[in-house]
Amino acid sequence: MIPQLLFFYFAGMTVLFAIVAISARDLVFSALSLLVTFIHIAGLYILLHAEFIAAVQIIVYAGAILVLYLFVLMLFNEKTETSGQKSPAGHGAPFYLHPQFPVAIFLGLVLFGLMALAAFRSEILEQKVVTTVAGVATTGHTQMIGTALYTDFLFPFEIASFILLVALIGSILLAGRHLERKR
Amino acid sequence: MVPLEWYLILGFLLFSIGVVGVLVRRSIIMILLSIELMLNSANITFIAYAYYLQNITGQIMVFFILTMAAAEVALGLALVIALYRVRGTLNADDINLLKW
Repeated sequence: MIPQLLFFYFAGMTVLFAIVAISARDLVFSALSLLVTFIHIAGLYILLHAEFIAAVQIIVYAGAILVLYLFVLMLFNEKTETSGQKSPAGHGAPFYLHPQFPVAIFLGLVLFGLMALAAFRSEILEQKVVTTVAGVATTGHTQMIGTALYTDFLFPFEIASFILLVALIGSILLAGRHLERKR
Repeated sequence: MVPLEWYLILGFLLFSIGVVGVLVRRSIIMILLSIELMLNSANITFIAYAYYLQNITGQIMVFFILTMAAAEVALGLALVIALYRVRGTLNADDINLLKW
């Protein structure tokens, strides 16, 4: 009973604050409600016995990515979102008056229906294994992840570090001011 | 015990909210935030399957998705800053140089 209640709390807060995040006009408010969403997703991971991923979720998403978003938001003056000068809804109109809004809602509903249909019509849901928490507890979860990461997934791990290096150099090149000085 | 279907429905719901966010919002920063929401819905599905199939590979995948999300955010926000420097706006309606 208690896992169900916890699931409903975490899932409800996740969906609620995701909707708040995409509907709030204040961008900082949006980013902070996304932070609430991420923390509740970490709670869901703990419910699924993925403690290491839950910790990484809080550190990377809430600690690094959201802080980066807030830093970039602070760089700009436009804290609230309005339609642009060339918008069909007119300059300064809120985004829900944009002609794209009903199309977007319709497409979201269609996508949700299609994904649910695809998942529940396939056989993959029937091959569930009965979960044994004892098997997880004997090895220690983080140890299992580390062993898999450094044996079976060693090459993808190296590629991932290379991707991070490329992102580092690329963002310095794109956002740095050194290009303007040369001009 | 919570059935796997509930987690799948939650993941689908979050993904749809992210898609609606990408299509509805006019600010480029909000479009990037909605993409984060979609990546998180994929993570929930991976973790749920990793638990119900007793396979650690799902969690490793989430690890790589997190790496990719961090790289995507760094590059995306650098592009937003470069774009603001050139065009002076963050609005998706005003950035229509390549629009037919």
